[in-house]
Amino acid sequence: MVRLTIDERELQAEEGATIFSVARDNNIYIPALCSNEAVAPYGACRLCLVEISSNGRRKLVASCLYPVEEGLVVKTNSERIVNNRRMIMELLLARCPNNKTIQDLARQLGIGETSFKLEDNQCILCALCVRACQEVVDVNAISLVNRGINREVAAPFYEPSDACIGCGSCAYICPVDAINFEDIGDTRYIKWPTSSMEFKLKKCKTCGNYWAPEKQLDYIIKKSNLAPNAFDNCPDCRD
Amino acid sequence: MSAETRQVEETVDSILNSYQHDKSLLVSILQDLQAECNYLPKEGLTGVSEGLGIPLSQVYSVATFFKAFSLKPRGRHSIAVCLGTACHVRGAVRILEEVERELGINRGETTQDLKYTLETVNCVGACALGPIIIVDGEYSGQMKTDKVKPLLENYD
Ligand code: SF4
Ligand code: FES
Ligand code: FES
Repeated sequence: MVRLTIDERELQAEEGATIFSVARDNNIYIPALCSNEAVAPYGACRLCLVEISSNGRRKLVASCLYPVEEGLVVKTNSERIVNNRRMIMELLLARCPNNKTIQDLARQLGIGETSFKLEDNQCILCALCVRACQEVVDVNAISLVNRGINREVAAPFYEPSDACIGCGSCAYICPVDAINFEDIGDTRYIKWPTSSMEFKLKKCKTCGNYWAPEKQLDYIIKKSNLAPNAFDNCPDCRD
Repeated sequence: MSAETRQVEETVDSILNSYQHDKSLLVSILQDLQAECNYLPKEGLTGVSEGLGIPLSQVYSVATFFKAFSLKPRGRHSIAVCLGTACHVRGAVRILEEVERELGINRGETTQDLKYTLETVNCVGACALGPIIIVDGEYSGQMKTDKVKPLLENYD
């Protein structure tokens, strides 16, 4: 256990925990977009910035990456942080001015307008979708491609991906709803910011409902060594 | 399978063997592949992905990240016009435009006959000789627009 202070509160925390997770466990709010317990911290959005002092030196760090240490003093709302956070939020708002989540978060942080030139993106390049696809689903269908201003989420060669099983984890984990995901009739549609794919859904033998992509079910059957007919029925019709 | 595909496959195999299929050397492997094929063909990237056991999405991510890699076929000759500050103030843009006009392509493109690929660079450290144009690694300094055509005629 290590002892630390966050916003004047003295806390104890598990060694190796990040400032962000300790704060969250103690109901101290730090804005964040790119961190999610399901995947390893990554540090892309920089919204979770906090100010720390150790050995008399003060610096700004990304709280989702920084492990707690004995005697650490953390501030989540100093003037310096507020200023930096404003800048980051303004940049995000300029990148995605029409994104609802970004708009709400900006408003919540008291930022109405951005002084930067407006673009029209939905994606903040946090890579949560890519990381979920890699770390959780273990399918690695998508990645961040190109670089600089051309960086975006895509499947290889911008083509329908052989690897993708249509599970929709990317859409589910995206913090700003930049990925669309919809089941219509016997088809699932997944739309990433720059490409899209369709998946045939499996029909339940009993109730006749379409309930999951065939590709996903085949993948699970293969991975877990299940009987080929393991998913003939949907969860509701299974005994 | 086309002869071309088979050839790419063989090239990939021999490159992978020479690196003992070491995943951590992906960038060097892609560099060799590009040197062999002049660009990174799709089947080449798939082959590298399978041969190294690295997901294709990650190979593609690396291949599209570095400017040194090209996913489109490149010309036999590579032309780089320096647009660094020193060359710029000495009229590099006019030189570039002359090359574009002469070849009928824009910067970043390759001629239809796959003869030339035209690119720009930002300072090659020979500012005193600017404006500079580099063809297949050979530097020609103090370029003038009327020297562009004769220069290009040296290559076939
Ligand atoms: S699509 Fe969503 S999850 Fe993926 S990088 Fe963009 S913002 Fe992040
Ligand atoms: S949550 Fe820490 S950098 Fe995004
Ligand atoms: S600016 Fe062209 S060589 Fe330096």
